[in-house]
Amino acid sequence: MFKNFMNWIEYRMPFMEKMNLHVLQYPAPKNFNFWYFFGSLAMLVLVNQIVTGIWLTMNFEPSAERAFASVEYIMRDVEYGWLLRYMHSTGASAFFVVVYLHMFRGMLYGSYQKPRELLWIFGMLIFLVLMAEAFMGYLLPWGQMSFWGAQVIISIFGVIPVIGDDLTLWIRGDYVISGATLNRFFALHVIALPLVLVILVFLHIIALHEVGSNNPDGIDVKVPNEGQKFENNVSDKFTFHEYFTKGGKKIIVDAIPFHPYYTVKDIVGVVGFLICFCAVIFFVPEGGGFFLEPPNFEPANPMKTPDHIAPVWYFTPFYAILRAVPDQLWGAILMFASIILLALLPWLDRCKVRSVRYRSTMHKLNLVNFVVSFIVLGVLGVLPATPIYTLIAQIASFAYFAFFGLLWWYSKNEKTKPLPVRLS
Amino acid sequence: MLKQLFSVLALVTSVSVLAAGPAVPLDKAPIDLHDKESLQRGAKMYQNYCLACHQMEYQRYSRTFRDLGIPDDIGMKELAFTANKVGDYIKNSTPKADLAKWFGAPPPDLTNVARVRGPDWLYTYLRSFYADPSRPFGVNNEVFPLVGMPHVLQELQGIPYKKYETQLVDGESKEVYVGIVADGSGELSREEYDRAVADLVNYLEYTGEPSKLQSHSLGIKVLIFLFIFFILAFLLKKEYWKDVH
Amino acid sequence: MSNAPVDHGRRRFLTIATSVVGGVGAVGVAVPFIASWNPSEKAKQAGAAVTANIGKLEPGQLIRVEWRGKPVWVVNRTPDMLKSLTAVEAQLRDPNSDDEQQPAYAKNPHRSKKPEIFVAVGICTHLGCSPTYKMNDFDAHVEGIASGFFCPCHGSTYDMAGRVFSGVPAPKNLMIPPYMFTDDTTLLIGADEGTA
Repeated sequence: MFKNFMNWIEYRMPFMEKMNLHVLQYPAPKNFNFWYFFGSLAMLVLVNQIVTGIWLTMNFEPSAERAFASVEYIMRDVEYGWLLRYMHSTGASAFFVVVYLHMFRGMLYGSYQKPRELLWIFGMLIFLVLMAEAFMGYLLPWGQMSFWGAQVIISIFGVIPVIGDDLTLWIRGDYVISGATLNRFFALHVIALPLVLVILVFLHIIALHEVGSNNPDGIDVKVPNEGQKFENNVSDKFTFHEYFTKGGKKIIVDAIPFHPYYTVKDIVGVVGFLICFCAVIFFVPEGGGFFLEPPNFEPANPMKTPDHIAPVWYFTPFYAILRAVPDQLWGAILMFASIILLALLPWLDRCKVRSVRYRSTMHKLNLVNFVVSFIVLGVLGVLPATPIYTLIAQIASFAYFAFFGLLWWYSKNEKTKPLPVRLS
Repeated sequence: MLKQLFSVLALVTSVSVLAAGPAVPLDKAPIDLHDKESLQRGAKMYQNYCLACHQMEYQRYSRTFRDLGIPDDIGMKELAFTANKVGDYIKNSTPKADLAKWFGAPPPDLTNVARVRGPDWLYTYLRSFYADPSRPFGVNNEVFPLVGMPHVLQELQGIPYKKYETQLVDGESKEVYVGIVADGSGELSREEYDRAVADLVNYLEYTGEPSKLQSHSLGIKVLIFLFIFFILAFLLKKEYWKDVH
Repeated sequence: MSNAPVDHGRRRFLTIATSVVGGVGAVGVAVPFIASWNPSEKAKQAGAAVTANIGKLEPGQLIRVEWRGKPVWVVNRTPDMLKSLTAVEAQLRDPNSDDEQQPAYAKNPHRSKKPEIFVAVGICTHLGCSPTYKMNDFDAHVEGIASGFFCPCHGSTYDMAGRVFSGVPAPKNLMIPPYMFTDDTTLLIGADEGTA
């Protein structure tokens, strides 16, 4: 009975065939390590944000007069409302922790290199949309930091020559940030950008499955069939979807079906992540003042600016670059350039070897430089712009941009180690 | 590589702590949200000394009574002078425009003040008023210079003065500021006053986040569950991955 | 690769154990989402009991009190009204209040705690309109009965204890809310000794 039903569906929509292609018979390299958890974790956090977000929308009132009070209503009067709110606010920060680590994995193992350039571009688009989504979401509680943070960031658009002032007026919908701004940000945050995000994530995974996953060694798991024999090839035990063997023209080496091996491994990753996530949600949801900032427990007051306006922690590296540059327009240009350059990594990195494991000491040091300058910039972004901090921010910005310049220069004739034939 | 990352992160974040900037050192507020008697005393202090000017428009009387173990009828009689129904928010009927005129700025709502300022700031602030004839209400505050708020707790503390002592500094006789001392005209001793302020700050910490204790209790159960789940999931993974290794 | 044979028993046990624990976790996660739909504190406070002062209620007079957004009638019934309660019993659909439309203390011929004071939710059990109080001209609807309640929407009729007549669209007697006397002249509607 059941089999007939499944066949009826399958003939009209190849559900099982797609399950085989993408999950049950999808060849994944056998050597995924800790860095490979963050993709599935990012999906988990996305689902969390959407579901808790929908539930918050049931009680949130998107008007300048009621927004702050409705959040207090959720926190105090709605059963478990406090938990839904903390899941959403912690989830926003968790999203960026996971996404930054996910992107860094790509940098470590050269996952942006051919043939995965489009995959990387989709990822960068997701990152940009995610930043816009987080920025708009942050205005909604209508606290002091919501208001003034949005005021500062939207003013940045004012530095664009000729159209700047009209543009900021158009974005705000008013002469200052007001209910008009809140209402439109609410619509974009709740439906428009999540829709775009879900579509981009879908395309991101389609692009991934088309070319297959990279791995920590950076070598291919699907090789042209030249009649070679591979000893102890774990892939011999499994049947993979014919799409990947291309009618016998490709052999699969050292890859295993995604299910059950990576489903079962990802569960461990998920539970481990949830332990950290829940520890924060139930015990330190304000995150030391970084996830829920103290000024935001006061309603927005257009007449009173808080002592210290800073964007949320996940924006601070880019904010630090903006502030480090003495000229307003060039600060904005360099801030956007810092993200654009990341998108261009597939073309800046001219080395044929993907993984840091087989690349030069120069590249390893350069990656450390990237991490250190990114973190230093991040810390500086929460601190006031005193002369000494501005100087350090300038040095760190220079180091950040130097990562890309140096990479482009040494990658052309980089001294790499010989690649292994098989996955380790 | 991961080790280098962590040590750099630790160094950098410790440096940022130094950037706190010159501020009055804050005393640690003895917060204990499990101490219901303290919270009840703090609630009573709030109603008697603070409510006339400061509202708590997001906190209901019924919530305070329930969480602090006060029966509704006793609470309505002893504490809720301004309310009609037990579910009412903690508000006053003092005209807001008048308050803004008398004090220079409208007295802020205090429901979440402990989340904005932190309990240590509040505890130190309420014990840092000192006599200053140049101010409209005759008091100034070490933690909040030129504050518009009068010293509403003066009847409890007595009149506080900045105390100076003649001390020998580098061979020279100097007047050194040694702290704020009350003149003894208050109803409470120094320790009693500190205790009363601690109770009030304890109550403010509670109203900022009434769900905190429930969150901690649920959180322990969730974490224990997740640890058990983790062990099972890990064993399951290891079992299946025998095929691969 | 391990060369040992696959222990299917262990695999099945671990899979089932992990799935069961995971299922418990999934139910746990669902709890806050479902519970958040329960009436919030605001709804509960708005639905809290209301006091009604009946010190000045004249015989025959009806006052309306709002409770949980619904009209609640309080009627000071006259002796004639109380006498008519026995006279109409043959014409009623549920004269003994067998249907659970009232608290235990209202399951009596006058459907109230005190015979003179009648408390009922003024919403017709047919489709929700609020019937009209006919103090003297109820006999236009039911012959020989001076007082009662007539619903204008579809013509249902109720006696002075809120009991529905036979042959009308409404299926049940009017609902009696929980209530109590906090003193001789004050009613608390929405709570009784059991719940207060």
